[in-house]
Amino acid sequence: MTAATDTGRPAGAAATVRRGLGLSPELRRGLPGTILLALVATAGRVIVPIAVQQIIDGGFVEGGVDMGFVIRMTAIALCAVAITAGATGAMHLRLARVAETALSGLRIRAFRHIHDLSMLHQASEQRGVLVARVTSDVDQISRFMQWAGLMLIVNGGQALLALVVMMVYSLPLAAVVVVLVPIIVFTIRWFQTRLEVAFLTVRQKVGRMLALLAEVVVGAPVIRAYGIEDRVRARLATVIEDHRSSAVRAGSLSATFSGVGELLSALVVTAVLIVGTIMAVNGSTTVGTVVAFLFLVQLFVQPVQIMGEAVNEAQTAVAGWRRVLDVLDIPPDVADPGPNGADLPHHPLEAEFSEVSFRYPRPGEPAATPSGALALQGVSVSIAANTRVAVVGETGSGKTTFAKLLTRLMDASQGTVSIGGIDVRTVRFDSLRDRVVMVPQEGMLFAGSIADNVRMGRPEAKDGELQEAFERLGLTSWLNELAAGLDTPVGERGSALSVGERQLVTLVRAAIADPDLLVLDEATSAVDPATEVRISGALHRLTAGRTVVTIAHRLSTAEDADRVLVFDQGRLVQDGSHRRLVAEEGAYARLFESWQRGTSH
Amino acid sequence: MSSIDTIARRNERAVFGRGRALIARQLRRAPRQFALGGIATLLFAAMTVVSSLVIGWVTDGVLIPAVEAGEVASATLAGAGALVLGVATLRGIGITGRRLGAYAAQYRLQARDRIDVTNRYLELPIEWHRRHPTGQLLSNVNEDVEAASFVAAPLPMAFGVLVMLLITAVLLVITDPFLALIGFAVGPAIMVVNVFYQRRMRAVAASAQRLRAQVAEIAHESFDAALVVKTLGREDIEVGRFGASSDALRDRMVEVGRLRAVFDPLMEALPNIGILAVLAVGAWRVDAGILTVGTLITFAYLFRLVALPMRVFGWLLGELPRSVVGLERVESVLHQRGRVAYGRVQPVHAGGASAAATGVGYLYPETSRADLSYADAAVDQTEESDERRGIESITLGVQPGKTVALVGPTGSGKSTFAHLLARLFDPDRGQISLDGHGLIDLDRDILAGSVSLVFQETFLFDDTVYNNITLGGDYDEVAVTDAARLAQAHEFIADLPEGYHTLVGERGASLSGGQRQRIALARALIRRPRLLVLDDATSSVDPAVEGLILAGLETLDTTVVIVAHRRSSIVPADEVIFIEGGRVTGRGTHAELYRSLPAYGALIDAYERQEAV
Repeated sequence: MTAATDTGRPAGAAATVRRGLGLSPELRRGLPGTILLALVATAGRVIVPIAVQQIIDGGFVEGGVDMGFVIRMTAIALCAVAITAGATGAMHLRLARVAETALSGLRIRAFRHIHDLSMLHQASEQRGVLVARVTSDVDQISRFMQWAGLMLIVNGGQALLALVVMMVYSLPLAAVVVVLVPIIVFTIRWFQTRLEVAFLTVRQKVGRMLALLAEVVVGAPVIRAYGIEDRVRARLATVIEDHRSSAVRAGSLSATFSGVGELLSALVVTAVLIVGTIMAVNGSTTVGTVVAFLFLVQLFVQPVQIMGEAVNEAQTAVAGWRRVLDVLDIPPDVADPGPNGADLPHHPLEAEFSEVSFRYPRPGEPAATPSGALALQGVSVSIAANTRVAVVGETGSGKTTFAKLLTRLMDASQGTVSIGGIDVRTVRFDSLRDRVVMVPQEGMLFAGSIADNVRMGRPEAKDGELQEAFERLGLTSWLNELAAGLDTPVGERGSALSVGERQLVTLVRAAIADPDLLVLDEATSAVDPATEVRISGALHRLTAGRTVVTIAHRLSTAEDADRVLVFDQGRLVQDGSHRRLVAEEGAYARLFESWQRGTSH
Repeated sequence: MSSIDTIARRNERAVFGRGRALIARQLRRAPRQFALGGIATLLFAAMTVVSSLVIGWVTDGVLIPAVEAGEVASATLAGAGALVLGVATLRGIGITGRRLGAYAAQYRLQARDRIDVTNRYLELPIEWHRRHPTGQLLSNVNEDVEAASFVAAPLPMAFGVLVMLLITAVLLVITDPFLALIGFAVGPAIMVVNVFYQRRMRAVAASAQRLRAQVAEIAHESFDAALVVKTLGREDIEVGRFGASSDALRDRMVEVGRLRAVFDPLMEALPNIGILAVLAVGAWRVDAGILTVGTLITFAYLFRLVALPMRVFGWLLGELPRSVVGLERVESVLHQRGRVAYGRVQPVHAGGASAAATGVGYLYPETSRADLSYADAAVDQTEESDERRGIESITLGVQPGKTVALVGPTGSGKSTFAHLLARLFDPDRGQISLDGHGLIDLDRDILAGSVSLVFQETFLFDDTVYNNITLGGDYDEVAVTDAARLAQAHEFIADLPEGYHTLVGERGASLSGGQRQRIALARALIRRPRLLVLDDATSSVDPAVEGLILAGLETLDTTVVIVAHRRSSIVPADEVIFIEGGRVTGRGTHAELYRSLPAYGALIDAYERQEAV
């Protein structure tokens, strides 16, 4: 048995479990009690064979049946069955409570940790993968704890106990069974390695099939417009058939395994029967013992088969656990200095970049030691308080990186970024997030009402204050147009509002947060002119009296700004007012010219 | 996943009646596989009973006489051993065949339904696609198909157990009415406990599944909006939100544990109680001289062998409601009768096509919730732009080789008209024609080869850039690079890690919006369409690059219809068509319209204010 449980696990499984238990000490709590209950539950399984032996050997006396003995034995066995049932139930309950509590804790911790990782990390890992860390990976551990893990304990115990009872009854007969164990274990291993491969193939085929099915649904208009139905149909047929045949192949292997298992246990039964009969004839054992062995062999062989499956589940669970722990192991590269950190001064904020460079990590590389291309190099600039700055440049010029460093969504690879004269790395997050707010390009909303979404800017804000914020931005008329005003639901990710309306909500959200330094990532998507007018009005009012840095995608924004920073290939190449930069030879003038060409009437 | 369970529970009663129809349908669709499973399961059932009889017979006929005689013939012993092994071999074959049949049937059913459903998807009009949320269509072809096939897995086993129970009952009655009484008490008890447990468990498991989906949804939403969470310092609040949902899931899983804590011990105890009762009653009957010890052991053994597989009924009855709902949804797709009918006209033309619309009207069907079983599912009601509102009446003609810009406020119908030009759907009224042939009369391949529509929302397949441009068509490398050059995509594609053979990732995740649009454009251009329809297809492309693209299109012998926002893409057009409220309200060059039409001028000025740097 130990051979079956210990082999086949990937190296480091024990280390993962140790690490996991260290992080979730709750799992250890009450473990001795649970194990004790498991032992009692297991012990119950040998009651019936023992009762069979007792009744046959002790009850069937010469020339008749000792009914008094039979009834006594039956009563005792019934009591034992009842106690076993109670212990089994209690064990299930304890295990479920302990495991689920610990796992919910782990899930929440991982969730928090992922939020603590910098934007950088969240971008380089796919979001879906991160979601899997706090959902399916943890579910896998849970499934193991409640099903396979239990089977492992109970069946292991059962097999062991059956063996002990067999040895007590008759050492030679027990030896017959033990001799056959290696054959069983070897056969199981043989099948298992093949089953693993077969099911892995099935999972890959499922993945390919689902991807193609999704494309057929989502890409339906493209398929129709380009008339490629026949090609798609042929690909689908291949992929679906691939999945079917691989699943049937894995299934037939597993079916053969079940049949062979049956044969193996019959082999043991036959051996016991032959040796047992010879021994009974010699008088070295009793008829009852031989018959009891027939039951005990079942109790012994079944768990060996089941445990094979449980070990597989254990491997999956350990792998899931390791993935969760690996995420928790990534140090947050943008760390909160905590309560000892500095507070931003309470006056309009200026900002300064001195010799700032930034590299993105290559895929799979830790964010702390990046070696990717330079996204920003040697940028030095100081932005005075209460000025409106527009950051301009082509895609990939570094202007978004600039904004992320300014708001400390990421930390510079070299150089320092300071706000209000303080290095941002030393500022408490609470203070930083309170005074510096970034409005992202796409109006990111959460399912809920408009009020819920606006209130994210300042959770304690009352409805009246929300109304005022709308008023301040000149959006009261828009708010009144909505069906339920502040309580209008925005739908999943804001889907009930138009793109432009979503932007309006994010602007009010920023207004209610009332930051001193506002970083705006301007939206590029086209919105209808009426909403556009509202957005620009709201923006104008929102930015008044603050230090504002806008990642500008519109020339009008740059025109209105006090100062324009022009980025090109990670460098700050021009800096000055719109009027001056237009007159200068350079990137900005070229941008302006191409825009003008397009708009000349 | 969750809604299927809800509905399955809601309709449980009605569902059992339909369960028979479901089983009949599935048996018909995989007859050979089920036949294999059925025959094998008969072997399995028979051999299970026989193996118990053999144990009893060996005890009575070999073991006890041998002990009484004090000797045993080796031939007798070998015969007994061979008998046990032989029966076990046949039983093993039965088990293997039964499971093999079940697997083969289940996956054959899935494959057939998947192919049938996707075939409907590929044939049904795009309007039908629009009326159904993506998630629903995906679950139809995936989870629903699977759910409908689940019934195949326990079916052969259930049949076998039924046979086994019948044989056991008959044997019991023949052998001894008192033993039969125990069997008839314990058997149904096991059955009832099973069915009860499965029902309770299914309800709790379904709600756990819903909570699991909620946990995932919160994680998705929260990670998606990580920027907002971070910049507003909302981490703690988000953790609270996630934590509440995670703890609700925990409570439900503890509930699952509690159910198992009741059921598992009961299921283990019941057969044991049965065996002990058989022993006690049997001993008394042996004493009365009615039973032999061997018969007693046969039944004790048989109880053990039959009790465990009885779980299959709970499983089957538990799966049935889900399977029925799954099948209903699958059939609701299969029974959709719509199909786009293509004509047979195959005109031979070259160069830019002329296009004409006469009195074309089109109204989007109301987003229907015809499928009541999806009443819970959220239907995305608010698609941006001019979808749903449609077209009142449009009559216009486009000369071969000309470039025409369609301009109009949001909801004016310009995008709808672009879709109609490519026959993505058919107008309610009026006709659209290409070179004088009605679109609906054209052969499908001719139509697809003549008109290329590039969508505002770029869809890229999870494949290489190369294959996304060719879409599996027979084009050589030169054609691909030429098309990419025209779309101003060649340079960035060449810079990708594997050039044209770079995988674009799930829905083009690794490329920027402008890059994806340019690949989609190359996909249209490689077909050398005679009519190219661009539905705001360069909205994410840099204006300067867009200018190069438009200049490149000028060199082609192609008619171009472009839905545009940017002045820079409107001005160079040979003609501008201004659409408001589903009607054409102005035609002319940009300069003419700008002068004469105040609404047009206002719109252009508004666009200009949002013009990108």
